[in-house]
Amino acid sequence: MNTPLRAATLQPEARLINREPYYEPIGDEIALFEAATASLIPVLLKGPTGCGKTRFMEYVAWKLKRPLITVSCHDDLTASDLVGRYLITNNETVWVDGPLAHAVRVGGICYLDEVVEARKDTTVVIHPLADDRRILPIEKHGELLRAPEAFVLAMSYNPGYQSVLKELKQSTRQRFVAIEFSYPSEALEAKIVGAESGLDAANIARLLKLAHMTRNLKGNGLDEGASTRLLVHAAKLIQRGVAPRTACHGAIAEALTDEAEMLRAIDELASSIF
Amino acid sequence: MPALTAPELNTRLDALLNPVLSSRRTARALADALAPFTRGQQEFTLRWTEIIARTNYEMAYQFVAATPAALATLDTANAEAWIIHAMDTYDRAGLYLGGEAFKNFSAFADRGAEQNAVRFDEAAPVLTHFVCALAGRRLELDVAPVAWTDTATLYLPPRMAAGKTREQNFLIYKIIATLLWAQCRYGTFSADLEAATQQHADPARALDWLNFLECVRLEARIAHLLPGLIRDLRDLNQLRSAAHEKQFARLLTLDATVADSIALLDTLSLENEAPADVWTCTLRPAEAATKRSARIAQEKDELQAALAALLAGEAKSKTQDNASSTAGDGETFEIETRTNAAGEPEHELSLGGKPVAAPDHVRKLLDSIAQDLGEIPDDYLTPRADSATQEDADVEEIPPEEHPRYYDEWDYQRRHYRKHWCALRELDVPAGEGDFAGDTLKKYAPQVLQLRRSFEMLRGEDRLMKRMTHGDDIDLDAVIAGYADLRAGNELTERLFTRRHKAERNLAVMFMVDMSGSTKGWINEVERESLVLLAEALEVLGDRYAIYGFSGMTRKRCEIFRIKRFDEAYSSDVRGRIAGIAPQDYTRMGTAIRHLTGLLDTVDARTKLLITLSDGKPDDYSDHYRGDYGIEDTRQALIEAHRAGINPFCITIDHEARAYLPHMYGAANWTLVDDVSRLPLKVTDIYRRLTT
Repeated sequence: MNTPLRAATLQPEARLINREPYYEPIGDEIALFEAATASLIPVLLKGPTGCGKTRFMEYVAWKLKRPLITVSCHDDLTASDLVGRYLITNNETVWVDGPLAHAVRVGGICYLDEVVEARKDTTVVIHPLADDRRILPIEKHGELLRAPEAFVLAMSYNPGYQSVLKELKQSTRQRFVAIEFSYPSEALEAKIVGAESGLDAANIARLLKLAHMTRNLKGNGLDEGASTRLLVHAAKLIQRGVAPRTACHGAIAEALTDEAEMLRAIDELASSIF
Repeated sequence: MPALTAPELNTRLDALLNPVLSSRRTARALADALAPFTRGQQEFTLRWTEIIARTNYEMAYQFVAATPAALATLDTANAEAWIIHAMDTYDRAGLYLGGEAFKNFSAFADRGAEQNAVRFDEAAPVLTHFVCALAGRRLELDVAPVAWTDTATLYLPPRMAAGKTREQNFLIYKIIATLLWAQCRYGTFSADLEAATQQHADPARALDWLNFLECVRLEARIAHLLPGLIRDLRDLNQLRSAAHEKQFARLLTLDATVADSIALLDTLSLENEAPADVWTCTLRPAEAATKRSARIAQEKDELQAALAALLAGEAKSKTQDNASSTAGDGETFEIETRTNAAGEPEHELSLGGKPVAAPDHVRKLLDSIAQDLGEIPDDYLTPRADSATQEDADVEEIPPEEHPRYYDEWDYQRRHYRKHWCALRELDVPAGEGDFAGDTLKKYAPQVLQLRRSFEMLRGEDRLMKRMTHGDDIDLDAVIAGYADLRAGNELTERLFTRRHKAERNLAVMFMVDMSGSTKGWINEVERESLVLLAEALEVLGDRYAIYGFSGMTRKRCEIFRIKRFDEAYSSDVRGRIAGIAPQDYTRMGTAIRHLTGLLDTVDARTKLLITLSDGKPDDYSDHYRGDYGIEDTRQALIEAHRAGINPFCITIDHEARAYLPHMYGAANWTLVDDVSRLPLKVTDIYRRLTT
């Protein structure tokens, strides 16, 4: 009866990815990632949303056969959310590892998604892990974790958000090998959308045309153009028999903006293309 | 109610139109023509005459002159649409065209058509995005009686009522916009159209036919890119005859160019008028050529400058990589153009054989140039750094004051905006003399100390929150208490943790200071003192703030005075400017609010405040801003600000404020300081109340 909390945490094996995730390399990012991890250098993935950063992490975790622990950062995420904390149960305090400490202990890949969203104090725990010390001090627990060779620290960052508050500090970013992601080239994107959704080539070509047009609107009313992910969503809907104009409205227009005029404009584009 | 007789009407019209009447031009003929109408129609006419006369007496005269004929065919709703359209035309294009618009009332006659008509204002916001998505470069939209383009602006008709439904009317707008875009995109203007048409007996008709041929060619191109649009167009059931399709087969291929259209033109007999659809636009080769060559020259400069910057960046990274190799001078870029799956050209830039990732703006430039010229000529790819510096120097030479910004203004009687009505300039306040800020702080020394203390307490700092359900650390006090509870047989509480909570003040505040002539004397003095104390308090608090003054005279000279920008520190310059605030002219508040709303909108903050320090009603020299018009315009501007997520608040010293401020700002968003001498301390107090 004394193990309720432990039982709730996932065992490292459960974090292993057993089936090969579908991933199309854009360039030499896989080789770069493998070389960086072999040299014990942490990795920073840069790129707009929906261009395959998370999928890439799943792919390399599968390839390296290491557990992948993903933390989606938010603006209330503190250092103790990453490292761990004491909980109280049955008249005693129990230390529970946070995801970062867990990854260090089991020698897995810790992937901090959208790291700029996290509070500034998280850098305190990231820094000693990200340079050649590779240690994680857990002060509250009186412990100093030394990362095994298998441990990989990776984080993602979208440079497109033009907010001063969402800048990554130089002292943080200069500890990482950066891999830049962008939207794949047209042929590759068509291949990806096809493989993910099974849609026919003619419809995919139209979807790509629409995506290209929304990317033209970036900075002219849209913060971002339609990502590959949105195209996959739309393609899946069309493949299931949803009318293309409806699918584009739901999966692309509404996902990109709330502004009535922009919505209408994207709908008009979709109805002109399909 | 009985209808007014001609003499009665004469008297009323005489009073309304007095300034434009003379011994030779009297109101009698107008009154006679209006006499047979019902009292309701007469009152409608008189009411609108009064409204229009406030804008322009001659327009009002033109209106009354046109009314008898118009009222015979239009009902009230249509007549209002007619009046609004004419007044918009007047605002935009002046008296002559405005008067013409009054004469042209028949367009508003068909009630059904009017209900389904789509106005340019309604279609333009959507079409602007639409065209931008197609073009990859921003094309402006504007109104013209017939559709045409100069390759930078697409001119569309002011309203579209040719279709049966609203959807169809919008679709026709969309087709016109797409065709105009296609004229720019697919090189209609890359040939000398004037020369091509001049050699025909009737150049005007030849141009019409050329236009038609281009439409055939471009529709084929559009059908390839936007099949859905062409399908919708066919649904309109106004397809060209199949005979045409066969005759112009050459134009239907994807590699057809404007040269093919010109070649075909020479084979046509041109005896008949060129066929036209509702969406047919016109060509104006001369205007397009001027605009096009200006843009080509400008973009060449821009591209060369951008490439020079790119080259500098490359050289830098190269020297970092390998100290021994340096980027050679005179290196040029090469370009490879490929056609992608969608049939659109893609440009790949390379330097010395290595591909270079072109930044977005360079790619857009390349695209834009290729749209104009069909390819990127080699001499465009020679980087030229001096053009960049040249450009910067040019920019600096023109002071920003020379370019007024135009704002719409709300006319409550027309219940419409007057377009581009007010010209606003941002000016600097000259620094005042003496150490005004220092003197003020001395004068209020005891209060300032108090002030600092009370604002320091507001400053957001880490707070340790106890007894939380989850947190960073264990709250031992809570645990001990809980343990005791447990022993006593109660349940153990879940609230056993502490958490650090950072109460951040994410706030940006804009102060808008009345600099009208009525503040002259000690009100101005008190205003300046208030600003000094406020700045003192805000510096303690760390809130972001900006201070702008406003004044002006008539709609053509609205002025905003920069005192402190958001990104500026509270320096001695700012203090000098506060000291330099001097009474100016009038208070056209609406425009000032619209401008400052725009500035505040660019700041990233959770809470945005727009605080106005005012001494009276909105007011301006002549043109009826005083009174209801000004109050309603200000109210409308505040509603716009509200929509942008800004909280407006007003601090006034006008004892009659109760009569109009609640209407403008809402019941709770204003306050009256009745003792003017206490304003400086009150203002900080009010600010503290507002933001906690």
